[in-house]
Amino acid sequence: MRTLFDKLWDAHRVEGAAIGGHDLIAIDRLLLHERTGGVALKSLAEKGLRPLDPKRAFAVMDHIVSFREGRDRDEARSPGGGAFITETRAMATEAGLNLIDTDHPSQGIVHVIAPELAIAAPGLTLVCPDSHTCSLGALGALAWGIGSSEAEHALATGCVRVKKPKQMRIRIEGRLPPGVTAKDLALHIIANYGANGGNGCAIEYSGEAVADLDIEARLTLCNLAVEFAAFTAVIAPDEKTRAFLEGKPFAPPSNVLRQRLETDEQAVFDREILIEATTVSPQISWGTSPEETISLSGRVPTDGREKALRYMGLAPGMPIEGVPIGGAFIGSCTNGRLSDLVSAAKVLRGRKVAEGVRAVCVPGSQGVKREAERQGLDVIFKDAGFEWGAPGCAMCFYAGGETFAPGTRVVSSTNRNFEGRQGPGVRTHLTNPAVVAASAVAGRIASPSSLPVREEAA
Amino acid sequence: MAEPFRVHRGRAVVLPVNHVDTDQIIPSREMKRVSREGLGEGLFAGWRYREASGREPVPEFPLNRPEAEGATILVSGENFGCGSSREHAVWALAQYGFRVIIAESFGAIFRGNCIRNGILPLSLPGKDCTQWRNGVEISVDLEAQKLILHDQTVRQYDFDIDPYAKKLLLEGLEPIAMTLSQSESIEEFIERDKKMRPWLYSAA
Ligand code: SF4
Repeated sequence: MRTLFDKLWDAHRVEGAAIGGHDLIAIDRLLLHERTGGVALKSLAEKGLRPLDPKRAFAVMDHIVSFREGRDRDEARSPGGGAFITETRAMATEAGLNLIDTDHPSQGIVHVIAPELAIAAPGLTLVCPDSHTCSLGALGALAWGIGSSEAEHALATGCVRVKKPKQMRIRIEGRLPPGVTAKDLALHIIANYGANGGNGCAIEYSGEAVADLDIEARLTLCNLAVEFAAFTAVIAPDEKTRAFLEGKPFAPPSNVLRQRLETDEQAVFDREILIEATTVSPQISWGTSPEETISLSGRVPTDGREKALRYMGLAPGMPIEGVPIGGAFIGSCTNGRLSDLVSAAKVLRGRKVAEGVRAVCVPGSQGVKREAERQGLDVIFKDAGFEWGAPGCAMCFYAGGETFAPGTRVVSSTNRNFEGRQGPGVRTHLTNPAVVAASAVAGRIASPSSLPVREEAA
Repeated sequence: MAEPFRVHRGRAVVLPVNHVDTDQIIPSREMKRVSREGLGEGLFAGWRYREASGREPVPEFPLNRPEAEGATILVSGENFGCGSSREHAVWALAQYGFRVIIAESFGAIFRGNCIRNGILPLSLPGKDCTQWRNGVEISVDLEAQKLILHDQTVRQYDFDIDPYAKKLLLEGLEPIAMTLSQSESIEEFIERDKKMRPWLYSAA
């Protein structure tokens, strides 16, 4: 009796190659980005080694690229950042990798485009020197983040040496209430079990609420597994997965996509958690760790860590709703896909961003951007007073260069509220895209339902 | 590859917080080039210096305290090295001079990055190590899996480490060379797999 994870692991374990309890796992596809992948390619070349199978490796430009609409090919968003783009491009080309360059029609955040192009698919193993690679488990792939040296190892040998992690199943029964998203579910879990709650485990998300989620929402759920300290997360592929991937450029053939891949009924996990979906509410982080999260209608805890309270400029016991903001960001590999933009645009249509709030929306990929523009979402965002950017990680993390001013309170659809993550002194509140949009309009942390009724509707 | 790690004695700097993420260990703005070098100065830059762009030290930050001068061991709380996979965090720690990181627990990617760079990630769950005195002398014997705290009262702890990490560190092995010596097994896997999943090897 095996779990889905066991099956993925067993199918990729190289026989007779384990050392000291660490298996050698064959990697089907390898992803690199210019921020951490360039250094891996460079160091590999310096050792005189070459990628084992460059056609199964993909180099993507996303982290440092400028998000200015109409950006130049080598334009970075941080000073000196252009070198990451040009050097990674040169090395990826020289090594013969698939290159998804800044001006490629499929360019975007690596974890957004890997599903869009079906580089990630059920049954595949994927690694990337980026911690949010766990997102791709949403498609039934075994995908996890590694370091640069491990990426070199994966390039040179086609394998990664890794100890099989413990396994946890998180079953989410019932249905999420209206207005409650996968982001809220993930934050709810982290808030309740702690940022270390996943404890190096491979997590399988299952249950009615997970089956209900569309693929984009499942990607959001798995994206946040690393903020739960999980090794990775995985969701059994189903009919939605097949429909999502079929016909995409790197997709496995239909008959492969139709194969069943799931946990056997009697399989045993090291740990099981059961969540009642109906108890989950919209969430927002108040502190500097994703576990420092509360319900949007809640109050800042009275026993919160002082250091976090000081950094965030909050007082214990105060309601989080109504706290004035200076910035709003919609984008990232967590919530930068089409459905996220649609949910924010629903709130923004016919409304304006409050004075004194800088609001930015950066679609996660060129594909997302094209489709959003085809649906006219860009007009809604721009009319509301949002900046509309070119795809990439953008303001999800600060790399030097332009950002919000120190001390600015920012509601953000991203995944990390660490000190300085979005800029020195910037105070990040993680929440779902509709809450980001509503807060941008209100000029303070606000739920969409609290906004005054739109004129046209009145 | 890194120097073999057998025994180490040094002074410890104690950061008594949980969830120290790799963005704090090396802020992204300090990763200026496509390179593993020149990162030591950026270590903990956001906490260590008064201003994001400056180099004026914050005197009360444990690393800047006189008793921690020359520290080669870092002690912290739970989930140390969580967050971004950036190996730059480990390179910065190594370049600053750290050989051992002691914590309640570690972020998984960070732990792997440590052992590949000759740094011993040593977890001591439930030992309240964040209560230790900043600047305390510690010695570590990897072979024997023992740690000694040379404080007023000397205390000894046993620690666990998985056999692969231990071997890699003790012998200063180069993981790529180790795996390439198993090329035959890898080739066999690929040959078999090509028959089962030809589409993977010919895709687009
Ligand atoms: S969007 Fe943010 S979290 Fe996602 S890959 Fe980019 S920097 Fe990392």
